[in-house]
Amino acid sequence: MTIPTTPDVASEPDADAPRARRPRRAESNKYSGGWFARRLPWWFAAALLLGGAFLWIYPFLWMVSASLKNQLEIFGAGLSLIPEAAEWENYSRAWNEANFSTYTWNTIIVTSVTVLLVVARCAMAGYVIGRYGFAGKKLVMVILIATFFVPTGYTIIPVVEISQQLGLLNSLTGMIIAMSGGGNVAAILLYAGYFRGIPKELEESAVVDGAGFFTIFFRIMLPLAMPITATVTLMTFLATWNNFFIPLVFSLSRPELRTLSVGMRAFVSENTTDWGGMAAAATISLIPLIILFVLLQRHFVKGFAGAIKQ
Amino acid sequence: MALTLGGRQEARPPDVTKRNRKQRFGRQQLWIWLLLTPTVLLYGAYTVYPIIASYWYSFVEWNGFEAEKTWVGVQNYKDVLADDLFWNSFKITILFMLVVVPLKVILTLLLALLLNSPKLPFSTFFRTVYFLPVVTTAAIIGVVMQFVFDPASGPINQLLVTLGLSDGGINFLGDSSTALWTAAGIYVWKWFGITMIYWLAALQTIPDEVYEAARIDGAGAWHLLRRITIPLLKPFMIIITLLSFEAALKVFDLMLTLTNGGPYYATEVVEIYIYRWAFSATIPQLGYASAAAVIFGLFVCIVGLFQLYGVRAVQKARAAQ
Repeated sequence: MTIPTTPDVASEPDADAPRARRPRRAESNKYSGGWFARRLPWWFAAALLLGGAFLWIYPFLWMVSASLKNQLEIFGAGLSLIPEAAEWENYSRAWNEANFSTYTWNTIIVTSVTVLLVVARCAMAGYVIGRYGFAGKKLVMVILIATFFVPTGYTIIPVVEISQQLGLLNSLTGMIIAMSGGGNVAAILLYAGYFRGIPKELEESAVVDGAGFFTIFFRIMLPLAMPITATVTLMTFLATWNNFFIPLVFSLSRPELRTLSVGMRAFVSENTTDWGGMAAAATISLIPLIILFVLLQRHFVKGFAGAIKQ
Repeated sequence: MALTLGGRQEARPPDVTKRNRKQRFGRQQLWIWLLLTPTVLLYGAYTVYPIIASYWYSFVEWNGFEAEKTWVGVQNYKDVLADDLFWNSFKITILFMLVVVPLKVILTLLLALLLNSPKLPFSTFFRTVYFLPVVTTAAIIGVVMQFVFDPASGPINQLLVTLGLSDGGINFLGDSSTALWTAAGIYVWKWFGITMIYWLAALQTIPDEVYEAARIDGAGAWHLLRRITIPLLKPFMIIITLLSFEAALKVFDLMLTLTNGGPYYATEVVEIYIYRWAFSATIPQLGYASAAAVIFGLFVCIVGLFQLYGVRAVQKARAAQ
């Protein structure tokens, strides 16, 4: 693999750099002065990383480029990323004939309802766990922590079975409920930690003003937890949009319930030679995520980095 | 639990407030359980129950079409443990983990060290780009990569031909000797950014003053790295490695769409093995698949215990500092 070695090579100037090279470079390069010479190894590293960055996003560039090429060009025109003439035909084929309009719609419905359910239930559970003592609290905590890392492959068979018994298999509702019920322990703990840190006086003064449990939670606590809600929303959105296993088994016998991730696999197994259509379909599925990421980068990074700051 | 909370409040003499408090306390407990209900129901039915039910299913023979389940005792376990393909999938899961984790952890550390330096130009841009694949859908990446690594017209093969490195036609994903390594490479690419972010978060916990003090004492860049950065990162190293092991067990989406477990089971990880028996066989064997799932679950549990142990050790070490 050439791609991952890039940072390896680039780290050399980091290790032994500034002191060793400074005098030599400064002499040979009269006009640039000391600042430039000192920074030179870093610019060199940046150049290498830039090359690596291009390789890194190459699959996406190739995907978008192929989605705009016609069949002949994809197979014949070699490595050029810029299509001769934009071929929007690929998109209309993916959108209409390959049902990606349905898949997109399904994904949007499933994702938004799941996010809503997960945020609501995790905020409520986190609030109670973080701020109150109650009988059985220890048991709840033990169960939550013990099931932290359960993989979907392990629980999938009973999940399908229970959905079938409830009459929820082969429906978007069933898919949504199954996704809202799995995992999300991290979100509960995140909320619990945040609510625990809010000073007691706040609650007490609200009680004096006559606020009940319900009012305190929805009017005071929940708005205060906005930063946590933002992180949980984003992480749940990503996990649900990208979920594959559950939508796959819930739509095995009802193709019209497929989400984008499942629809993609079905599309290529039915149209093995339609590269343009495949690339257009993949672009339709991934572009919303990429745009969202570029806009909300900082929040994404914060959400993921949370796992390490315990 | 509830009693301790009540007891902690200061005693107030008047009888009226006492009764009031008792009333409010009861109502409070009601609210508490009301707020917990959605989690108890959903999490109970879709996570806790399945874990328990898997054990029960693993002792029956059941094809999923009929409600009837026949008790067969430990027969499923015997069959699973006697199946070479199960051991094959287990071996591939572990091999995959052992290749992918060190590669990812070490390479991301090197990149994070670079990106963490204030002297590196465009570091925010690089962070964005190297993180990008993380947010994309693994199942879709799997499909796209099938085409990128296509033996006939995929860009990778075209590039190798253009550079004169091969005559083309390398079937990266279709050849059982290269498929797993190609998948490992794609996996590292896909999840590279997340480990990089972990390292960057870890590096930010080291205060600038430490570096400054060492620099005043005359330490060079290499010295700073060897004597300060690396030792201070050690506890994070444990956590990050364990998190990566845990994550490397969950490759179902990518593998299924990339290779479907093939060619000739060369990339069939345990999750695909379970899926194959439970959902894609002509006559599903849910009991048999459950037995495989239980064995896999126990394995994940052991990895998880190591993790808990590692985190504890780190916390202790940090508390001692």
